[in-house]
Amino acid sequence: MAILDKHAVLEKNVTLLAIFAFLVVTIGGLVQIVPLFYLENTIEDVEGMRPYTPLELTGRDIYIREGCYVCHSQMIRPMRDEVERYGHYSLAAESKYDHPFQWGSKRTGPDLARVGGRYSDEWQIDHLRDPQSVVPESVMPKYGFLEAKLVEGEYVADLLKTHRLVGVPYTQEMIDNAQADFAAQADPDSDYDGLLERYGDNVNVRNFDDRAGISEADALVAYLQMLGTLVDFSTFTPDASR
Amino acid sequence: MSDKKQDDLDYETTGHSWDGIKEYNKPLPKWWVWTFYACIVWGIGYVIAYPAWPLINGATPGLLGYSTRGEVAAEIARVEDQNAAINAKLAGTELTEIAADAELHTYANNAGSAVFKTWCAQCHGSGAAGAKGYPNLLDDDWLWGGSIEDIHATISHGVRNETDDDARYSEMPAFGRDELLEKEEIVQLTNFVQLLSGDTPQDAAAAEAGTVLFEDNCSSCHAEDGTGDVSQGAPNLTDAIWLFGGSYDDILETITNARFGVMPSWTERLDEAEIRAVASYVHGLGGGEASE
Repeated sequence: MAILDKHAVLEKNVTLLAIFAFLVVTIGGLVQIVPLFYLENTIEDVEGMRPYTPLELTGRDIYIREGCYVCHSQMIRPMRDEVERYGHYSLAAESKYDHPFQWGSKRTGPDLARVGGRYSDEWQIDHLRDPQSVVPESVMPKYGFLEAKLVEGEYVADLLKTHRLVGVPYTQEMIDNAQADFAAQADPDSDYDGLLERYGDNVNVRNFDDRAGISEADALVAYLQMLGTLVDFSTFTPDASR
Repeated sequence: MSDKKQDDLDYETTGHSWDGIKEYNKPLPKWWVWTFYACIVWGIGYVIAYPAWPLINGATPGLLGYSTRGEVAAEIARVEDQNAAINAKLAGTELTEIAADAELHTYANNAGSAVFKTWCAQCHGSGAAGAKGYPNLLDDDWLWGGSIEDIHATISHGVRNETDDDARYSEMPAFGRDELLEKEEIVQLTNFVQLLSGDTPQDAAAAEAGTVLFEDNCSSCHAEDGTGDVSQGAPNLTDAIWLFGGSYDDILETITNARFGVMPSWTERLDEAEIRAVASYVHGLGGGEASE
């Protein structure tokens, strides 16, 4: 084939080779990457999603710090056995405020994408303190030390700002009130109306570890208890053709 | 390229020459070439049949209309259809009549076992033996009643949760924390409760003094003889079965700060047939009581 014979020209001319290589990569890149810019197309619009509250976001940082994602995934795949065990399969939109997302790739422990509300706070605390006391066959390490470490939340506004930088729609009001909201969520006796106004009525306001002060366990349990609870699947049906 | 020439073996070469070494330009094996062409044809067919090209408002759907979500919905519907008849029968049969129908009973117990392992085992244990703070379901000691109707009601609505208005509810006062009793009185009560349960009290004189305190403060829920009251979820204190431990320190802690568990409501997560199945399973674990 004559045109293929001409490749010797490219092989002998480095500038020409560079130009043509660039062209090929550009076309490939456009085809694969450009459609993702249409985010409305890639991620379906889902009701109920809200950014994490300051306490939940702190808990999420602890989740990442402790490497929970090494053993727990947060992605329910669309298969019958997974849906029956864990609940409705995960939607892309449910991870849209996750930077980085926690889908994970390994399940030594169960998937946590919809663990929110599945167990009581007491269970979560007992289980973090000594997983084998409630699940004897578990191989999870103990995380009781989280209860002993108190967090003040003095840097939580910065944390929110950082997430805003990468696209999470935190308002200036949310950032200004970050530390107050952080404290309010773990104290049911506080004035938490502002917190609910900013983040919605489905924010869990409780003293999660039932101890004085806001510990890392409070933050982590606050995060776990909201996982997968934002989208109400009794009123929302995902587009079946996706 | 210009000086392609035949060598002694009569094969064409690529025309390249490195230090006098030349490269044959032999054709690819025929089977390989045809497999390659077949892959291209298959690829074109795939693009037409399945979702493929991203466009402005979504990808091309493909002629087969395939989607992962559609597939999982169809798979779930298929299994639900298979079990629809027996599930309807289970949901429509009187709870007490389930055991009488052998086929239904077998189905309920197997389905209930699967539900239990998915949703209940994390607290009550995979063998249902419970853990400290989470009731053992194998024994015949029931906080809220052990008949199949009682178990069904407990599973349906849960205990002390905030989401279900019909949840079973009772709360023991924190006699120490809320300063309802003096420290000394709590010690006396602790000794008396040890005595009640058949244990040897740490201080027999204090146990004696606890008798009146028990009548005044505890008997309205735990009954005068300490046998408890299932209508209030008040445990029987005369046996050696303890939810939060039966040592002196454990009892002292329970009276001081009060302890009680929480169970979620399952009506939102499980359907009626699943709740009935797991109720039947738990009832059959060994401790189930006959209905009145």
